[in-house]
Amino acid sequence: MNKLDKEITLAKKKWASFQDNKEPIIYIGAASCGRAAGALDLRTRINDFIEEKKVKATIIEVGCIGPCYLEPLIDIKMPGQPRVSYNNVNAKTLSIILKSHLINGVAHAKLALGHFGKKGFEGIPQFYELPMLKPQVRVVLRNCGLIDPEDIDQYLAVDGYQGFIKAITTMTPDDVIGVVRQAGLRGRGGAGFPTHKKWAVCRNSPGDQKYLICNADEGDPGAFMNRSLIESDPHAVLEGMLIAGYAIGASKGIVYIRAEYPLAIERLKFAIKQMKDCGLLGKNILRSDFSFDIRIKEGAGAFVCGEETALIGSIEGKRGMPKSRPPFPAISGLFGAPTIINNVETMGTLPNILRNGAEWYTKFGKEGNRGTKTFSLVGKIRRPGLIEVQLGTSLREIIFDIGGGVQKNFKAIQTGGPSGGCLSEEFLDLAVDYESLAAAGSIMGSGGLIVMDEDTCIVDLAKYFLDFTQKESCGKCVPCRVGTRHMVEILERITHGEGNPEDLLALRTLGDTIKKGALCGLGQTAPNPVLTTLRYFRNEYLEHINNHRCRATVCKELIEYRVIKEKCTGCQSCVRVCPTGAITGPRSEPHNLDLTKCIKCRSCYEICRFDAIAGDAIVIQTGEKKS
Amino acid sequence: MPETIEAIFKKHGRTSDELIPILQDVQKEFGYIAQESLKKISRYLKLSENLVFGVASFYTQFRFTEPGKHAVKVCLGTACHVRGGSTLLDTLERGLGISCGETTEDRRFDLERVACLGCCALSPVVQIDRDIYSRMSVNRLTELLKKYE
Ligand SMILES: Cc1cc2nc3c(=O)[nH]c(=O)nc-3n(C[C@H](O)[C@H](O)[C@H](O)COP(=O)(O)O)c2cc1C
Ligand code: FES
Repeated sequence: MNKLDKEITLAKKKWASFQDNKEPIIYIGAASCGRAAGALDLRTRINDFIEEKKVKATIIEVGCIGPCYLEPLIDIKMPGQPRVSYNNVNAKTLSIILKSHLINGVAHAKLALGHFGKKGFEGIPQFYELPMLKPQVRVVLRNCGLIDPEDIDQYLAVDGYQGFIKAITTMTPDDVIGVVRQAGLRGRGGAGFPTHKKWAVCRNSPGDQKYLICNADEGDPGAFMNRSLIESDPHAVLEGMLIAGYAIGASKGIVYIRAEYPLAIERLKFAIKQMKDCGLLGKNILRSDFSFDIRIKEGAGAFVCGEETALIGSIEGKRGMPKSRPPFPAISGLFGAPTIINNVETMGTLPNILRNGAEWYTKFGKEGNRGTKTFSLVGKIRRPGLIEVQLGTSLREIIFDIGGGVQKNFKAIQTGGPSGGCLSEEFLDLAVDYESLAAAGSIMGSGGLIVMDEDTCIVDLAKYFLDFTQKESCGKCVPCRVGTRHMVEILERITHGEGNPEDLLALRTLGDTIKKGALCGLGQTAPNPVLTTLRYFRNEYLEHINNHRCRATVCKELIEYRVIKEKCTGCQSCVRVCPTGAITGPRSEPHNLDLTKCIKCRSCYEICRFDAIAGDAIVIQTGEKKS
Repeated sequence: MPETIEAIFKKHGRTSDELIPILQDVQKEFGYIAQESLKKISRYLKLSENLVFGVASFYTQFRFTEPGKHAVKVCLGTACHVRGGSTLLDTLERGLGISCGETTEDRRFDLERVACLGCCALSPVVQIDRDIYSRMSVNRLTELLKKYE
């Protein structure tokens, strides 16, 4: 028996006794989202509690199970009972939960969110039957939040690395490419290019040295699917890299990951070490001819480095500037060698396809758009988080069934990040697949979904995206460098109430020119947010221009704060927080707001809304509606 | 006791693809890339100083002035933007009396913007040193800063 077989046998045994636990297990959702919500502080408190009460319990940190808005999530599994999940746990509820569930053995139905497994507890729903989870499918995210990301044994126990083992022991590289073709897998990094096609090109390119790069740059600001997957199930991504490396004939793998993701980097490093210990990396893996190593390269903060040729330049130690293609990296890439770059999610999908077969995978999605896609669903949505659905699911299902709808009235949804488009209500029934989104003027992108309600200003949003791409433009080609700057200037004028009607035509013309003339994907897609909002939200632009009105009360130059005298109880909360002394007035009498001193910082508005006695006595106003 | 730059060199080869990893290690160790470090790196890798600086300045990660005691980073990713991230930045600029990218006179705080910390579901988000604070508001942020004074 080789090292890995032994490890797998051991892992299965360990897992079985873990499932049939003799002492309580406490799971802490400790991916970045959980940590930001305070998971580590809870961990300390749990430790203290256990020590003080002298109870035995195993504590494990797991990744993100998806509904980030419910973080921190703490789960308890008592011997012989199903695992129960508790949401939005704080110091106070934690001690109630621990006393009830851990000490007295009674799941606290009021504080519980859901339970896992079939039979559960009175008054506690099944976790996967929750409205946010029920419409989802779990392929890529199958292990997230369920296994310990720092324990390769847990991954092995849930059939981890079986896809790779099957490939390397029973299939030729061409067989692997064939299965990926049959599965219909398209790259999840944005463009949706068929994975098998570029693999075949690379495989057939001459060269002893080939490279496989996993693109974990996740440049779309407001998207975190890749971070979450790496933090929660790093071995799935690494197994995908083994499979891809074997298929294209590469001996070196590199994960190019953004430096803003320290926890993901740590987890990857740890996982790579464990792979080595199990003989899953190195020379002649599992006594085959296949040798493979994986290194980590940290990005240095440049959005454009998500683009393939810029990414390669950055690994070579140069400025991350895109090059014109051809030659395509699959023929001449890193250090001139044939190179394949695939997104994290593409990698994370591969083990599932190899393990279960192409036919199984094609059950998800639809013709031409097979499989599932992860999305980070954020913005003004009621249930923000990480989700996975079949391709072809409608925006309506995603926003309303899974996301629970919008906080106020729905206005728009941005797909594809800064390269994508902003879609209005009439597109709610659009199927989320590569072609439908493109036909609507947007793109799939890597999976960022930003939902907006009536409090989001569309012009401000378009300006935000253009400002982002303009700052991230590498400056190599003129259309992108100069054109985006012009567009930002125009948008700035409009949001300041200084626009004129001709500006809209100028924006369109500039946008079209940049799209056609830019060298790389960054520039070619940069105008999308402006072009789509011009198309679907033209009235909002016109209101800014003609009426100096920002109906979302976002554009600072077009709004004013005002105290409603009839509502104000004179509690002085706003007086205390106002940084410029613009609000004055004695206690118990309606306060005064001096507009010449007001800097529109929102402090008074927030405090009145959430903390003051009156509530909502301070309002934000904007220009008149067109009569 | 910080490592010397020579000790950092020992961990890296002399090929030009080591440039960015070396710059990253130097910044991790010293907090910034000093003029002197640029010189030493260029000598070690046998690359011109111009080229080394050209690469380093291309990436937003690298800074060339000594950082303050606490690094305050406001997320201006899309999710944070639509939930008021830029108002938070305004608050900090005003409260600290500096613009984004600067260090306070007493060298206590650096103020920076980042493009997304990956906690978008809990936006708006602010990072101070290694801690990430989620679901921020103008008033909570003002309170929070006091803890670091
Ligand atoms: C400006 C720009 C930024 C990009 N950023 C990313 C990124 O952050 N992550 C990613 O996987 N792909 C990104 N891409 C797409 C990649 O260039 C590439 O197409 C992708 O990684 C290929 O992987 P896939 O075939 O698995 O989709 C970006 C492209 C452009 C033009
Ligand atoms: S947009 Fe701020 S954390 Fe992602």
